[in-house]
Amino acid sequence: MSLMDTKPLLGRVEEVGGFVDLNAYEAGQGYGAARKALTSMSPEAIINLVKDSNLRGRGGAGFPTGLKWSFVPQGDAAGEGAKYLVCNADEMEPGTFKDRFLLENNPHVLIEGMIIGAYAIQAEKAYIFLRGEYHQPYRRLVEALADATTRGFLGQGIFGTDFNLDLRIHSSAGRYICGEETALLNALEGKRAQPRTKPPFPPASGAWGRPTIVNNVETFCNVPGIVRNGVEWYQGLGLTEDAGTKIYGISGRVNRPGLWELPIGTPIRELVERHAGGMREGFELKGILPGGASTDFLVEEHFDLAMDYGTIQAAGSRMGTGTMILMDNSICPVDMSRNLQHFFAQESCGFCTPCREGLPWIEALLLDIEEGRGQEGDLEVLDRNAQFIGAPGNTFCLHATGAIEPLQSALKYFREDFDEHIRTGKCPYHGRRL
Amino acid sequence: MSAAELVHVLSGEEIAEIEAEIAHLPDRESAAIDALMIVQKHRGWVSDTSLRAIARLLGMSSDALDSIATFYNLIFRQPVGRHVVMVCDSVSCYVMGADGLGKAIEEHLGIAFGGTTDDDRFTLLPIVCLGACDKAPTMMIDDELIENVTAERLGEIFGRFE
Ligand SMILES: Cc1cc2nc3c(=O)[nH]c(=O)nc-3n(C[C@H](O)[C@H](O)[C@H](O)COP(=O)(O)O)c2cc1C
Ligand code: SF4
Ligand code: FES
Repeated sequence: MSLMDTKPLLGRVEEVGGFVDLNAYEAGQGYGAARKALTSMSPEAIINLVKDSNLRGRGGAGFPTGLKWSFVPQGDAAGEGAKYLVCNADEMEPGTFKDRFLLENNPHVLIEGMIIGAYAIQAEKAYIFLRGEYHQPYRRLVEALADATTRGFLGQGIFGTDFNLDLRIHSSAGRYICGEETALLNALEGKRAQPRTKPPFPPASGAWGRPTIVNNVETFCNVPGIVRNGVEWYQGLGLTEDAGTKIYGISGRVNRPGLWELPIGTPIRELVERHAGGMREGFELKGILPGGASTDFLVEEHFDLAMDYGTIQAAGSRMGTGTMILMDNSICPVDMSRNLQHFFAQESCGFCTPCREGLPWIEALLLDIEEGRGQEGDLEVLDRNAQFIGAPGNTFCLHATGAIEPLQSALKYFREDFDEHIRTGKCPYHGRRL
Repeated sequence: MSAAELVHVLSGEEIAEIEAEIAHLPDRESAAIDALMIVQKHRGWVSDTSLRAIARLLGMSSDALDSIATFYNLIFRQPVGRHVVMVCDSVSCYVMGADGLGKAIEEHLGIAFGGTTDDDRFTLLPIVCLGACDKAPTMMIDDELIENVTAERLGEIFGRFE
């Protein structure tokens, strides 16, 4: 058994000890799945396979990938013009560093997944929408695309079939909202990245008004393994009802921060204790943001839960990107909340009022509380705003709802900390920060 | 500057690169962001004159193009120093001490965030999560990602950039 059978995304990186170039990738069964798909499977068969595999989007929302692909009109129903396949490599969610690692170390598994996806929805144009600050991933992708083109895996008549694929990189000019898939499409079209009204959803009308699929980097990277080894193998990888592996990451004051490809459903405590080596001496774990900045805090009572979509949702949060941020006992929850709201306020696209006006206002109130200017009633004001701006939402897109998730949960789990700031007129952590 | 003169603002190389982008897009305006980034790559920033010249090349109004340019935070509408220093202020870096580091960097360079050193060597800006949160705190100088930054390392790090 090779590492590829248990770690289809990063096994080869481990075997090679870093960057997997085309030769190394091919030596580890690379591009075999794309060849198999294009030469022996119909687009429908691939879509059904991905549906049956139970692969869910790894970009945060967890939407079933095969189902999304099945919404793309095929044949005459698609009308005149191109269809598009887009990889969302905008990764700007604070605390998230998995896509960069994949792009830098295993670009070919992404390209292979995109070739299969493009064939499945019969798109002959594809883009990797890449964060502007991701210079090293850009260099690696440029090299990988050139190598794959030279070997005939991209371009005209791939694997001797009549399928063509033009795959390009679009470097983003920066803004978190570009990661929202309809805003991303506006950015791809050269416009301001404001989210679009849905419906129509991108599979019906996306880039330049044409059927478009947008998936996360990690999502595409799951596809070659599914085609190579089948549905049963893929489902067997997961520990719970979700299928496959997940790239989990941990940042914060642990002994070995990092990321690991593990069976989906690995419990939180195992990630922290075993993989990240536990908390650093002198620090206690107080709370976690399980899947990036826009997910609700979880606390001690949740640490034995499995990191999968359903379990974390049932606990009131989201698995999100699966990269967890750890808050230890030296960090002030009020100040950390201020830091988070600063991000969301700054990155609001400005289109709708509750988000554009509400988030800066919340940030300012948190700063007041942190600096000892809080007043009785402030927490109730924060509660009310969280309710007004948060889910199900009065805002045009999920940016604002995402902003409220860490705030509402901080107000719930760390209420005593907020209260103490207001009661005593100062931050109890001030001076205790190490 | 007249419309005819505007044509000569952009270099042949810039125009060739922009046209290469347009060639694979459905229309010229779709290249707006690419064009701004190309010009910035050559000049460090996008001046009003450059902006008007790009708008003309793409066949769109300069107001429309400016509203795009100002939306994106990696498009600079003001001159910047020879090196752009971007310090991550997002949550993982915050947890690992980014606030203190930011102050140390301001002191080291003698400028506040948003500023440029008198010798035009460095422009200092905050940036959101650089995707290296397991190696926090982080920063980026030009196109180089720098991980596990500490105040002690600042002299060595900045010394590498003339
Ligand atoms: C404000 C906002 C930012 C987002 N940023 C990203 C991102 O950087 N990368 C990503 O893959 N998805 C991001 N998403 C989710 C996308 O809208 C979309 O759901 C995802 O790309 C779909 O791919 P998936 O089904 O493979 O997960 C973001 C969503 C919102 C609301
Ligand atoms: S919620 Fe915020 S980011 Fe989303 S459309 Fe409204 S203003 Fe823009
Ligand atoms: S939060 Fe600083 S690199 Fe991610």
